[in-house]
Amino acid sequence: MRQDKIIRVLLTAVALTAIAGLALITIFLFAEGVPFIWKTGAREFFLSDDWKPTVSEHNPVPHFGILAMIVGSLEVTAGAMIVGVTLSMACAIVLTQFCPARLAAVLKPAIELLAGIPSVVYGFMGVVTLAPFISEHFGGGNGQCVLAASIVLGVMALPTITSISVDALQAVPRSYFEGAVAMGATRWQTTTMVMLRAARSGIVAAIILGMGRAIGETMAVIMIAGNSIMIPHSLLDPVRTLTANIALEIGDAAPQHREALFATGVTLFVIIMVLNSIALVVSRRRAGSAAS
Amino acid sequence: MKILPRIPPVVAQRLAVTGLWTLTAVVLATLGLIILFILWRGLPHVTWGFLTSGPGGIDEEGGILPMIVGTALVAGIGVLVAAPIGVGTAIYLTEYTREGRLTALIRFGADCLAGIPSIIFGMFGFAFFGITLHMGYSILSGALTLALMVLPTIVRTSEEAIRAVPRSYRDVSFGLGSSRWQMVTHVVLRCALPGIATGVVLSLGRAISETAVVMLTSGSSIGMPHSVFDSVRTLALHFYTIAQEFGPTPQAYATAAVLILSVLLINITAYYLMRRFVTRVR
Repeated sequence: MRQDKIIRVLLTAVALTAIAGLALITIFLFAEGVPFIWKTGAREFFLSDDWKPTVSEHNPVPHFGILAMIVGSLEVTAGAMIVGVTLSMACAIVLTQFCPARLAAVLKPAIELLAGIPSVVYGFMGVVTLAPFISEHFGGGNGQCVLAASIVLGVMALPTITSISVDALQAVPRSYFEGAVAMGATRWQTTTMVMLRAARSGIVAAIILGMGRAIGETMAVIMIAGNSIMIPHSLLDPVRTLTANIALEIGDAAPQHREALFATGVTLFVIIMVLNSIALVVSRRRAGSAAS
Repeated sequence: MKILPRIPPVVAQRLAVTGLWTLTAVVLATLGLIILFILWRGLPHVTWGFLTSGPGGIDEEGGILPMIVGTALVAGIGVLVAAPIGVGTAIYLTEYTREGRLTALIRFGADCLAGIPSIIFGMFGFAFFGITLHMGYSILSGALTLALMVLPTIVRTSEEAIRAVPRSYRDVSFGLGSSRWQMVTHVVLRCALPGIATGVVLSLGRAISETAVVMLTSGSSIGMPHSVFDSVRTLALHFYTIAQEFGPTPQAYATAAVLILSVLLINITAYYLMRRFVTRVR
């Protein structure tokens, strides 16, 4: 039995890797980023849209304000949610309510396959199909803009939202469905009045997780969003997100500039953690109410 | 009192179902369009020479052999590192402990890791493995960062697979006098293997598709790597680079086609393994 004891200790150590990794990432990010925010002043860093990180003749003092990127990230994510939630709700309802089980067994993996397509391919498809379409029909530069980024990110968030919503809808007890149908409701009435309501918290969690996906996406957004540092005033303006700002500049950043990018990373990290915690609380509540 | 005539429920249902099916069709068409478009434009340029030679003088010309090798090494080592840790975590959570504070903490860690965006993994890898541990832009730095990124997926799928193994199997194994570890290796892991493999294969797919992480950790050298401390450029990053610098060239399409084909192959393998697992557990 000594062997079993050793194995138990080893497995405990291995199991702590995930939490150790998380701690390491958090410490590294905050140690590099938070002092910078402190030094620059939170007001200047978060509420100024003046981002000129490199010192040159025309710019003797570097400016680090990320307001334009925060607004950009939020705007693109909001747009992505309008596209993504509409499409995913349609898919989830069709798959669980209006589709023969055999067909659903083929369609669900097909939709999950969308999650496997590399983000650079999404970005590229956006550039070669969507951007020319937008610039031709709506005008405004080369078509790399908030609208294009929203559509691409919406499609990218779709598999996450769909598959969690499908699980939530399938977890609704069969008796709810039978009760509604027995009272003479049509399937559509059953869906809107009973099923969607019963699965509500799971669907909300799905949407929040999808939102996290959209706000954290990097490569596709760099390719399709145009990346200009400005607060966008219309859907056809180019936009730079927090993620794009980091990825575009970290490769050859001077030390102070790098700290500023880590501070950008801290901002993104906090936004994502808040979203994930909300999703976790919402889905916990579901688990609690299902048990009672 | 409503003045407008009410839409009869049956008509409302017909309208709604038509609308929903249309949207679903749009989604499926998008999927089909992406895959077919890339393969249609790219496959004619995927020749034997393209797959087995290095890039020419400038990156937009020539083949992708170093990128294929680089991708296989970065993603392969990453998953090889993550798999034992992930499966070990799952075994610990299911077989070696009761639910309590420690399991809650471990689950919390895995859940949070799963939600962190890839660019933050990239920054971390860049600063920790690259600078603090002096690995620079290297295969190893990229692989270790990717390992951390795919770890939660492997933990979750392995845990589900292990939990699906019927309790009676464990009882029989104990009844025959085996130790816990013997029970785990001879009974539980053997039954759960296809399920665990599904998670590992899906992680490999994610590691191959990932671009932001490898850009910040493995760099973009186009030479053939000689050791794990060399910088490489993965297929996904190579595709990104030529697409951004030269636009939609035949090389870009061909690289994307190779990328899409490998991802398809991986997903189909995972799907096949999952079906096998489901039939076995039943």
